Amino acid sequence: MIRAALLATMLVVSASAFAIDAEPAFRDPAMQERYERLTRELRCLVCQNQTIADSNATLAQDLRREVRELMIEGKTDAEIHEFLTARYGDFVLYNPPVKPRTYLLWAAPGLLVILGLGAAVAVVLRRARAARENPAALGPDNETG
Amino acid sequence: MKGYLRFLIPAGLFVVLVGFLYVGLQRDPREIPSPLIGKPAPQFSLENLANPALQVANADFQGRMYLLNVWGTWCGGCREEHEALLAIAGSKLVPIVGLNWKDDRELAQRWLRQLGNPYEVVAFDPEGQVAIDWGVYGAPETFLVGADGRVLQKRIGAMNMDVWQREFLPLINGTGERS
Repeated sequence: MIRAALLATMLVVSASAFAIDAEPAFRDPAMQERYERLTRELRCLVCQNQTIADSNATLAQDLRREVRELMIEGKTDAEIHEFLTARYGDFVLYNPPVKPRTYLLWAAPGLLVILGLGAAVAVVLRRARAARENPAALGPDNETG
Repeated sequence: MKGYLRFLIPAGLFVVLVGFLYVGLQRDPREIPSPLIGKPAPQFSLENLANPALQVANADFQGRMYLLNVWGTWCGGCREEHEALLAIAGSKLVPIVGLNWKDDRELAQRWLRQLGNPYEVVAFDPEGQVAIDWGVYGAPETFLVGADGRVLQKRIGAMNMDVWQREFLPLINGTGERS
């Protein structure tokens, strides 16, 4: 019981240690929140499946510093994204931008849903018609489909 | 008719999927196309590795074609490509500018003394500030900058004579125009 309580206390106390940098980047909580959101949207190009907020690679450290400096300069989120894509390409963004090259990518989930619904409707209609034309075939285990 | 369509459609989709996966397997996910190609090379002005009192800037190379090679003594690929860089420097076709990235000045100077120096000049970028402007994410990287100041080509990873002859020489000799 005591051990569990101790463990819980240690976890609560150490929560701030999960942040990758020793010090928060900003004192202002609103700026800190914005900084954390921005760094979570940017890919670390060395360790490609991590964001720069997660990664300890030196490039990620440099990019975090860059984001922080751009924020201090008063750049907007869009300007910071543009700064980085001009240098590293769209790959640095975890959310690919919507543009002609990515239309298919963004439309794919919707298209697949429509395709699936279409197939489902077609199957139901065909079965309904088959059942109407040949009611005898409709049984508990209708193998003829 | 319906009978065989029922097999043909999934089989067709399967072939398309396999095609995508096959092409995907051939590509190196580490090679991210640089958005800089065809664009003016980013400006920089840094301390000279050999002498902190001097500056190295791309203005020094105005009107000249040059290679910019990003390296560091901590980088294994850089040692691997060093022989190739010495050979390229020896051909005297194009000067090589070094960008010493996130390194220690002392170690970098010792490296050049021991392994030979292929660079006309080396810019010292311990903070990685200029490297970010060039979109560098892993050393070694090599850029070819044209006489008009535009980036013509980029190599990610160690340079070797094969890549040099195939991807860089035609651009330098002006026989292959990159679209």
